[in-house]
Amino acid sequence: MAISASALASEPLFGLPLAELWFALLFAIFGMFLFLDGFDFGIGVLFATREDAHEREQLLTAIGPFWDGNEVWLVVFGGALFAAFPAVYANLFSRYYLLMFAILAALGLRGLAPEMYEERTDSRWRRFWGAAFVVGSTVTPFLLGAFVLNWLVGSPGLASPAGVVGGLALVALTVADGAAFLGLKARGSLRDDASRDGIRAVVAYLVLVAAALAAVYATVPALRPSLLSPVVGALVGVTVLGTATYVVATRRRRYYVAFASVAVLVAALVSVVGVVMYPVADRTTGLTVQEAVVSTLPLNLMSIMAAVLLPIVLSYFGVLYSVFSGPIEDGEAYG
Amino acid sequence: MIDPTFASRLQFAVTTIVHIVFPVMSMGLAPFLIYFTWKEIRTGKPIYEQLRRFWVRIFAVSFVVGTVTGLVLEFEFGTNFAAFSTTAGELFGGPLATEGMMAFMLEATFLGIFVFGRERVSDALYFVSSVAVGLGTWLSAVWILIANSWMQTPRGFDLATEGGQQVVLLTDPLAAYFNPRFQYMFVHMQNSAVEAVALFMAGVAAYHVFRHHVWGYPVEHPEFWETTLKIAIVALVITAPLQVIHGDLYARHVYETQPQKFAAMEAVWETDSYVPEYIVAFPTDVQDLLDPRTRDLFGIGIPGGASWLASGGDPQATIRGLDSFETEAPPVAIVFWSFRLMVGLGFWFILLAFWASYRWWRGELRDDDLLHKALMGSSLLGILAVELGWIVTEVGRQPWVIQGVMRTADGVSPGLTGAEATFTLVGFVTGYAALLGLYAYVVVRLVRAGPPSGSDLRANTQTPTVESEVPADGD
Repeated sequence: MAISASALASEPLFGLPLAELWFALLFAIFGMFLFLDGFDFGIGVLFATREDAHEREQLLTAIGPFWDGNEVWLVVFGGALFAAFPAVYANLFSRYYLLMFAILAALGLRGLAPEMYEERTDSRWRRFWGAAFVVGSTVTPFLLGAFVLNWLVGSPGLASPAGVVGGLALVALTVADGAAFLGLKARGSLRDDASRDGIRAVVAYLVLVAAALAAVYATVPALRPSLLSPVVGALVGVTVLGTATYVVATRRRRYYVAFASVAVLVAALVSVVGVVMYPVADRTTGLTVQEAVVSTLPLNLMSIMAAVLLPIVLSYFGVLYSVFSGPIEDGEAYG
Repeated sequence: MIDPTFASRLQFAVTTIVHIVFPVMSMGLAPFLIYFTWKEIRTGKPIYEQLRRFWVRIFAVSFVVGTVTGLVLEFEFGTNFAAFSTTAGELFGGPLATEGMMAFMLEATFLGIFVFGRERVSDALYFVSSVAVGLGTWLSAVWILIANSWMQTPRGFDLATEGGQQVVLLTDPLAAYFNPRFQYMFVHMQNSAVEAVALFMAGVAAYHVFRHHVWGYPVEHPEFWETTLKIAIVALVITAPLQVIHGDLYARHVYETQPQKFAAMEAVWETDSYVPEYIVAFPTDVQDLLDPRTRDLFGIGIPGGASWLASGGDPQATIRGLDSFETEAPPVAIVFWSFRLMVGLGFWFILLAFWASYRWWRGELRDDDLLHKALMGSSLLGILAVELGWIVTEVGRQPWVIQGVMRTADGVSPGLTGAEATFTLVGFVTGYAALLGLYAYVVVRLVRAGPPSGSDLRANTQTPTVESEVPADGD
């Protein structure tokens, strides 16, 4: 081995600030999950607006090949949090015990519903699993938003004002995400109606993000200075621009631009949360990023692992998305 | 309200016992799917396309339910066993994160192509997808078993106290991750998954073969089911003997590294030599029901058998008794009986494998209705054997969550209330029962429907399927 075990144990790789990098990486992974699985959630919400069986089938076909892979980013987020900041992982997950289980239940419903929906064609069965799909897809981003905002403000209980508004903001964002994705995958009235809903959702998102930031400002005095920092100001500016781009691009039917602007919105959102939270990693216990991080040897190992694996993962995600690029075709299904 | 420690343990047990069904299905199906895809591409025969398309549906459903239930397990370390997670996180979190990045991602991404992409990608990329999916499922097992085996035979770490809490510090990653138990767990688990799926395939195929050839019902694609049965028999002949041979080595390793677990497996209460291997053992007093072999026992044993097995050939070898350990014994009855049932099933599978191959060799595979019934009855027993094996592994190591380092009771989340734990326990038991029921419902529907019909197959235009109304053998 080129790098000896003792060197790995004594100092961070290349003298890098690995604790900070892992803190940033966590938000990047969460953002990846939010952007990719976000369109799956959004399509799940939009599922409620379609009555036609063929259109509903198209919605499921649009996300069919992708959603498994998209959801794994949440698994990676959980694993990375556990690996790099075990104390934060343990404190957060046990403190928001019931919230975590609600998330798991909603996520389970969301994952199971499309699979079940496809099993039978009779209307009672399809109504039930269609509804389960909608509920799972709406509740999951809401609870995830509440979880992240609770984490940010260090709420001791399950529901904080910031958490509720943050949850709603995330639902709106996923609808905008899903609508933009449908712009790429669907045609006709399905796409046009989704675009209209997407524009409404992205505007609602902007309002709700502003409300969430205001709620954080009002309830946690300790976070006020970082909320007023220039970086956060710039990120809010990016959010306004991203929203405007989404609206204009959708109206002009530039769906790739609209989809890309959702990526920008997600990046801005997770950046705001990370920047405002830093240097604390868990407000309730007061643990800082430096205190919570694991020791040098495992951190170096994990960094090597991530540096090698994440580019590979991104490259085969590229393969997946290019294989299934373009509008869905009729008759696409299993095997 | 149930005590939070007990509720957490029960919840983890329930969620694990249900979850393990789905990885077993996907890990066991993976090599079959790679084989079907390879043959489909190389030979162009419709039967292989049918095989792939039929079994990929079952794989996909297993994968979805496995994802849903597996995410729960990953989160449960944080929600219910926060003290354990804080203590062991630096060593235990790494493998979990790596599993996600290295294995689960690979499996989930290429599954998208494998399930939906046959028409969209080249044969080469399609075959690569099948291998990537299979590799992903097996690599998942590598990292999960690295984490689990470390808890059984922990190595490569120091203990320190940080902020009043005991923490594990990783010192030697290779020693920690490739700890002595890992290879035993991995080989035993992977082989058992293939064996369990082979049994399931054989049972499903036998059902259709039986209906068609014994009862004379018209079955679509009788040749499909016969081929499935033959492939399953081949897999069974390979995996069943291996599992028992390897199991013997594994048990000896447990004797050397986890003597308390071994004593529980054999229900040895007092240290002794020339210990018999009990096939069955019952206490004669109802009060001792949970302690097999305590006293006044009624049992059938092979003299010196347990000593002989533990030492690898010496019937006089000494086995440490449960009362010689400082820590309380694990629930002996559960471990003792699970172990016996698992081993008994292992031998039954060998018998089945050779019975079936003998009939095949004689050309009587279609006619032996007793064999068909035995295979049908055994279709889920492979999965049962895996469950029993995990019960021996996990219950047997109690009271330790990390052998010799941390007790399970000390690993539970400190702030967890009995009400919270009870609430989620009830939720999980109900939810998982529903999940298992739905899964079974879907799989039964798929099995009944059978493979896609001739007209649905892309490459099947040249060989229309002949539907026979009479049994092919005419009996």
